Amino acid sequence: MYRETEIVKDFTATGEGGDMIINVGPQHPATHGVLHLVITLNGETIKKVEPHLGYIHRSIEKMCESLSYRQFIYVTSRMDYLSAHINNHACALCVEKGLQVEIPERAKVIRVLMDELTRIASHELWWGAMAMDLGAFTPFFHAFRERETINDIMEETCGARLTMNYMVPGGVMQDIHPNFQKRVKDFLQLYKRKIHEYDELVTGNVIFQNRMKGVGILSAEDAISYGCTGPVARGSAVSCDVRKVYPYEIYDKLEFDEILETGCDSFARYLIRIREMNQSIRIIEQLIDNIPTGDFQAKTKAVLKLPKGEFYTRVETARGELGVYIVSEGGTTPYRIKFRSPGFSNLSVLDKIARGGKIGDLIAMMGTLDLVIPDIDR
Amino acid sequence: MTIEELKIKLTELQPSVTYEEGGEFININVGAADLLSFMQQLRKDSSLFFDYLFCLTCLDWKTHLTMVYHLTSTQYRHNMVVKVKLDRGNPEIETVSHIWRTAEFHEREVYEMFGVNFLNHPDLRLLILPDGWEGKNPLRKDFEDPVNMIKL
Repeated sequence: MYRETEIVKDFTATGEGGDMIINVGPQHPATHGVLHLVITLNGETIKKVEPHLGYIHRSIEKMCESLSYRQFIYVTSRMDYLSAHINNHACALCVEKGLQVEIPERAKVIRVLMDELTRIASHELWWGAMAMDLGAFTPFFHAFRERETINDIMEETCGARLTMNYMVPGGVMQDIHPNFQKRVKDFLQLYKRKIHEYDELVTGNVIFQNRMKGVGILSAEDAISYGCTGPVARGSAVSCDVRKVYPYEIYDKLEFDEILETGCDSFARYLIRIREMNQSIRIIEQLIDNIPTGDFQAKTKAVLKLPKGEFYTRVETARGELGVYIVSEGGTTPYRIKFRSPGFSNLSVLDKIARGGKIGDLIAMMGTLDLVIPDIDR
Repeated sequence: MTIEELKIKLTELQPSVTYEEGGEFININVGAADLLSFMQQLRKDSSLFFDYLFCLTCLDWKTHLTMVYHLTSTQYRHNMVVKVKLDRGNPEIETVSHIWRTAEFHEREVYEMFGVNFLNHPDLRLLILPDGWEGKNPLRKDFEDPVNMIKL
């Protein structure tokens, strides 16, 4: 009935002309999740990389069809669990667009603060994990030192450390904790004191640069054609930051730069994320002393009903553009939801950038794509 | 281009298109036979230049299927939605994966989840579903799986 994938079950199998076929994953420490890659090699040169997905597919889109507009937001935390806040934010925005609810200023500022903290936490985890893939174990502990501080802030205000479920249609679930501002300021101080270590440990390292520069070249046209977004596309000088291009919430009133690099290689993608963290710090600094007083949630009905129609929102997660497409028939549950996840498109480019490269560089390329597997599988 | 300007330009390109009201983007219905030439014009025309397909999906309306293409231009920043109605019994449509490479993966997902057959697709195989899958297409509305599905 279906045309099937040909998974190589014989691990010593050879392809055409003596090519070697290697399975990486689904259980492999460098794929950071259950990603299965079938790699065709000629000597050490990669001829083809074929991703096999579905090991953690939970059919979130189908599940959402039977959940109400308040309930489905909680499921989306489990997609890209490293930017759970931003996923929730996208869904809340989409529902608000349908309901035409204007949310209070205070809620907007809290949402943006949480988004940027999430972005820093996500990039820090990426930085530690990527350095670990390349064989440097120490950066992981440095990254987690700062990341834990953010997680503590999240825990205090949202009640959870990973899947926060803090954004609800109309605002945020509860007001920020009285300690919130003080703890965020403490974090900013800690971050500024420690950020130079990141460059000293990894960025300036000669071995690291040799492994990253000129590896995994992605041209700007390919980046757009393959639908790459986020740091992956910006590393090829494609301007695609949704916060700048299609501003949502209060991003159009904030001062921050869209980071672009022209290197097109793994090192450019690495630099983007490191410099993006500084921009997030800039945003947090602008807002942390200026949280307006007032309500943290707009008044909405207990049972939400979206009018008949289609609603699309996009936000910038730590990995790129997340789109939420809701088709409503006027009922209490969505007729169809599609999540356009950034990881899915970013993964599709892996075959393109890996071809012709060396097998040893594959992990470096995958590291800078910043793949989160539940986001790809949904 | 604004929505009005786009409408004029698009009607010039393909007189048979119809517009759908509502939504923030301009919605266009195209016949399945005209899709490929229409999409190629959208990508190549220098004043339209829709070079980024940011969302590709399918809707099951129980009587028919609808393919939905969300397009944007990274140069002009205008957006549009192209919709194609498909027969539910034997859905077939030309692939757009050689125009926008991102469609390759998205079409494979639609192929297994909705059963749409993409003609001339370079590599139309199962992507997410396990090998040996013999059930129906999971995202269709009549899909029932008594073993693995939890009724919510």
